[in-house]
Amino acid sequence: MDQIYNAIFIGSIYALFALGFTLVFSVLDILNLAQPALFTLGAFVALFAMQQGVPAALAVVVAFLVCGIAGVMCDRVAFAPLRRRSAPPLSAMISSIGVSLIIIRLIQLKYGPDLQAYPAGTLPAAVFSIGGLQLDTLRSAIIALAIGLMLGLTYLVRRTRLGRELRALAENPRAARILGIDVERAIAATFFLSAGLGGVAGVLYGFATNSPFSQMGLGFELKAFAVMVVGGMGSIPGAVLGAYILSFGEIASLTFLPSELRDAFAYGLLFAVLVVRPRGIFGQRAVDRV
Amino acid sequence: MDDLGAFLAAYQTTIGFIGLNAMLALSVWLTLYTGQLTLGNAAFAGIAAYCSALLTMKAGFPFPLALACGAVLAAAVSVPLGATVFRLRGVYLAIATLAFGEIVRVAILAIPVTGRGQGLVGIPPKTELWHIFASLLIIAVALERLRRSTVGRAWAAIREDEVAAASQGIPVRGYQLAAFVLGALVAGWAGGLAAHFDFAIQPDEFGFARAVQILVFAVVGGIPNVLGPIAGALLFTALPAILQPLQEYRDIFQGVILVLVIVFLPRGLATILELRRTARLRTIGAEDVA
Repeated sequence: MDQIYNAIFIGSIYALFALGFTLVFSVLDILNLAQPALFTLGAFVALFAMQQGVPAALAVVVAFLVCGIAGVMCDRVAFAPLRRRSAPPLSAMISSIGVSLIIIRLIQLKYGPDLQAYPAGTLPAAVFSIGGLQLDTLRSAIIALAIGLMLGLTYLVRRTRLGRELRALAENPRAARILGIDVERAIAATFFLSAGLGGVAGVLYGFATNSPFSQMGLGFELKAFAVMVVGGMGSIPGAVLGAYILSFGEIASLTFLPSELRDAFAYGLLFAVLVVRPRGIFGQRAVDRV
Repeated sequence: MDDLGAFLAAYQTTIGFIGLNAMLALSVWLTLYTGQLTLGNAAFAGIAAYCSALLTMKAGFPFPLALACGAVLAAAVSVPLGATVFRLRGVYLAIATLAFGEIVRVAILAIPVTGRGQGLVGIPPKTELWHIFASLLIIAVALERLRRSTVGRAWAAIREDEVAAASQGIPVRGYQLAAFVLGALVAGWAGGLAAHFDFAIQPDEFGFARAVQILVFAVVGGIPNVLGPIAGALLFTALPAILQPLQEYRDIFQGVILVLVIVFLPRGLATILELRRTARLRTIGAEDVA
């Protein structure tokens, strides 16, 4: 039971992180490699806020907003100029690597490369039990928040005007523009949401481990690729499902693999899905020119 | 002459890595030139580095033979891999090769003879600077000649339009696979040289970050001819040494330069190296890949 709880927890973090990637990819066909940097930024923005005495719950909101704004700024600096001359996705990917270097270094200049900790006593430490199962408040709250955000995002994309605009843009940018959609505004919203979700994933992971550090985003990048490919690139329910498949698979693989091989499961799964069924579970668009 | 000797001694490591990185950049350039993005070359270098180092250390192989064995092993691995993944295109191909790279890294961690996480230590330092630069010269000249041959024209035709190339009777898959395997061979040679240049190797040296770095060399340098990747490797390897006084801000400079080059010189540094022939050069660059 403990393991299942763990799998749900880490799966929720994977899902939030991968949703940020997925949003930008589905709307713009860009792999934004600055996403892990924004994940890290989220954890450190919350750290900074809490060192100023902001309570943990509010720090999550602050991190969402700050990362969202940082995401929009990244777009203005690194992607918008490329979009204007309709450069292909590879250029944007390289440009996002540059942005990522800058963000990580700025964090290191302030906090150094070592493990940090949130101020003592600011995170809930209580443990409660349901039906003999020991649960801690912090992780349960994190899971609830993550699932709430996923539902909120799904509602936003499916039911609101902005969501309709984003879907139209993903389908056909030129047609969307002709239909009078403010494309730049919709793209800014995409980056805000994507970076905000990435940032919140960072805070929550930082809270759970209570050891944010400047390289914490690294492992998540490849995991997020696995999540997206398994679920189907650019599919929101796919990313969520893919995240839980990955987290449960990882936990299960621990029972028959030594722990240093834990990552092999993610990469093996990723590779196998790409070879056997590249469009994943929910992928609708056929893989380019196959 | 004494000044030159002192300079070489002081900067031997940096100078050596300029040459090694240039070879790795050329290895990824090969597939970029055919219009596809692959990220497996760091792993090929890693396979060859471990293979050749183990052969010289444990089996007493002569150095050149060990280098050759490493490079051939990397190329041999690339054949079934390429045959499997070249059904994919664009970002899917990039992610599949990236997953392969991570699988190699985890495999190295799992095999006891590689020294696992501690790395392989005590490799005889047999690589001299002239080995590196003689190899680079031979590889660069050979690739440039190849680029201007029938094979190179076929690669260019595939990059411009796969369907049109196929309709002209060019075996697209075969030519792309050839570029991929040749790239693995070059990366493998560089990997073997790197292993014997540095006394020790670690699995992380051949992971995701390295793969992305090699791609950056090639794309920032530009892909119209072999000078571009060499220039990119030179810039990004020498830069950290040049920026030594500003060490704290080094990554920020690198990130800014990366974004500036992609935004303002989308065809790479090669466009400033040969401004007179830009009319032709402008027709090829990162913009044409993926």
